Amino acid sequence: MSLLTIKNLNARVEDKEILKGFNLTVNPGEVHAIMGPNGSGKSTLASVLAGNESYEVTGGEVDFDGKNLLDMAPEERAREGLFLAFQYPIEIPGVSNVNFMRSAVAEIRKHRGLEPLDAKDFLALMKEKKELVELSGNLAGRSVNEGFSGGEKKRNEIFQMAMLDPKLAILDETDSGLDIDALRIVASGVNKLKTKDNAFIVITHYQRLLDHIVPDFVHVLYNGKIVRSGTKELALELEEKGYDWIKEELAEA
Amino acid sequence: MAEENIALKEFTEKEYEYGWSIDIETDQLPKGLTEETVRAISFKKNEPEWLLEWRLKAFRYWLTMVEPEWAHVMYPKIDFQDIIYYSAPKKKVELGSLDEVDADMLETFKKLGISLEEQKRLMNVAGSNVAVDAVFDSVSVKTTFQETLRDKGVIFCSFSEAVQNHPELIKKYLGSVVPYTDNFYAALNSAVFSDGSFCYIPKGVRCPMELSTYFRINAMNTGQFERTLVIADEDSYCSYLEGCTAPQRDENQLHAAVVELVSMKGAEIKYSTVQNWYPGDKNGKGGIYNFVTKRGICAGAYSKISWTQVETGSAVTWKYPSCILKGDNSIGEFYSVAVTNNYQQADTGTKMIHLGKNTKSTIISKGVSAGHSNNSYRGLVKIGKNATNARNFSQCDSLLLSSTSGAHTFPYIECGNKSAKVEHEATTSKVGEDQIFYCNQRGLDTEQAIGLIVNGYCKEVLNKLPMEFAVEAQKLLAISLEGSVG
Repeated sequence: MSLLTIKNLNARVEDKEILKGFNLTVNPGEVHAIMGPNGSGKSTLASVLAGNESYEVTGGEVDFDGKNLLDMAPEERAREGLFLAFQYPIEIPGVSNVNFMRSAVAEIRKHRGLEPLDAKDFLALMKEKKELVELSGNLAGRSVNEGFSGGEKKRNEIFQMAMLDPKLAILDETDSGLDIDALRIVASGVNKLKTKDNAFIVITHYQRLLDHIVPDFVHVLYNGKIVRSGTKELALELEEKGYDWIKEELAEA
Repeated sequence: MAEENIALKEFTEKEYEYGWSIDIETDQLPKGLTEETVRAISFKKNEPEWLLEWRLKAFRYWLTMVEPEWAHVMYPKIDFQDIIYYSAPKKKVELGSLDEVDADMLETFKKLGISLEEQKRLMNVAGSNVAVDAVFDSVSVKTTFQETLRDKGVIFCSFSEAVQNHPELIKKYLGSVVPYTDNFYAALNSAVFSDGSFCYIPKGVRCPMELSTYFRINAMNTGQFERTLVIADEDSYCSYLEGCTAPQRDENQLHAAVVELVSMKGAEIKYSTVQNWYPGDKNGKGGIYNFVTKRGICAGAYSKISWTQVETGSAVTWKYPSCILKGDNSIGEFYSVAVTNNYQQADTGTKMIHLGKNTKSTIISKGVSAGHSNNSYRGLVKIGKNATNARNFSQCDSLLLSSTSGAHTFPYIECGNKSAKVEHEATTSKVGEDQIFYCNQRGLDTEQAIGLIVNGYCKEVLNKLPMEFAVEAQKLLAISLEGSVG
């Protein structure tokens, strides 16, 4: 059974139609890359799947692991196993990273019918996952993303992903603003979390990230829907030729 | 119209859970306030002549005063003749024996979650225990742990009891920190005060437990006028907690209390309040007017007074727990979280008066305003001309949870001495929808998100509360913000 099936999704923000008939199927164990020019709807897709109410769904269906995703509140979607690594992770002053994660992990475990972790086990889990993304320093003493560098914020996203163990992770331009080393660390973290049961949607502008997180499928998003799909070679072709080539092909058709 | 935050608006309102009242036979004076009322109150309490005289002086002085109107709050004019000034439960309670506490009253306290029996049980189980003086409609109905405290020489009893058993202490200290001439409501209180708590810690004694008083207003149309006096003799220590609840009613009720603290040389008083008076319904109808005068004097050298308050209730809150730093090297502290929601209004803060040398004061005020409420911080840091080497640090932060609530700051600094160091910081921030959505995306619903964010914001102050009550305070914050944002 597929993990995520998006059928004919239409969505708009502030009266502007962004997604127009978007279709996608993601199965467990797969990595899908979504690329496209600015304004094509990449971030809208991420926001709509996560349940951001600033975006209005005007048509279509989304099935997530057998359930109607569009019917669920954002926190429900998260508890069901959907994770969004934000493009611009927000700061929450006063709320420590530890407290934040402890609350989130508790909710997810409760939803899964698991016993809550005791303090010792929780801290051990934090330590283990921190190492995945080389997130150092006293997380307990720092508020969520407050005073974090750009790279640290992105690594914090992957750290949180590791803690929450989602079924489907959407990485929204996780590579933007990262230097080469940070990129490598983030990619390595993601790769270590890949299993045959979970899946990833990697949204990106640049092919560079896909050297490190190798996709099974590459899709081109243009004008609110997927216009071309292929394998990782497609990404290389885009890198070489740019998006104009695709736009021309579509105009001709 | 300002854009409404959709996500933040989605709550169902939780009802004020202490809104119930019970039918209990009460002994009441008729409405209205004349000299006769004052005499009647004093007579009912069997007070000595000198105290009646003091009340009468206060009453006559009150008649010459004009109600102050400078606070940043609005409320309909109070008709002082339309209030009952004395109401006491009829059934007499025999102190010292829990079994004899009226079943109905015990039920009330159980509902409040401060079962008197539990307190006794706690004593055997864990090290932490709290002595409770339960005040029900102006009358102290039960004070626990009196024997344990008596062994150490600590006096903790109702004010009325103290008048009977320790008149010399009352005579010496009553009105010494807040004279009846101080302000309109202090004068009123001095004339008609009903009861409250009295506490005396002898020299060198560190009080073995938290002392606590729960105030509850039950009867309709009554005003609550408590008088509390805490005296810490040289080198002693005491931590005192005041908790308050009141039933849900359509009319407003007046609460005009006076609290006086005296800290002698080397002594320390820690006074914490978790105030959850009925705040009025979501349209602003009903609720308590909380007009309180609280002041402490650090009378001796190296003495210390620290006020910690969590104010979440009352329709209108108007109070400035203050410290007079008279003794050299004395310290005054004020930690406050004031939450306003719906149509509540708060004008609260502190006054730190530096008189002695090398005195220090710290003010940390966190205001959270939601709904259509208005939250003001008003503070005074006054450095006297002989107060050499005074230090003050003030931080007042405001957090806005909705686009229709208000946060205001009125800091006053009067510095009369060149060697003083006064620091003031202020921030204003808003909880963004983005922050809430981020929490949602991690599996937390909006209520939990706001709870986390507000608690993180108030952490600095909540950490000052005695542990037993810090947890309660956290829950209270979450509850008072339900149905808040939008």
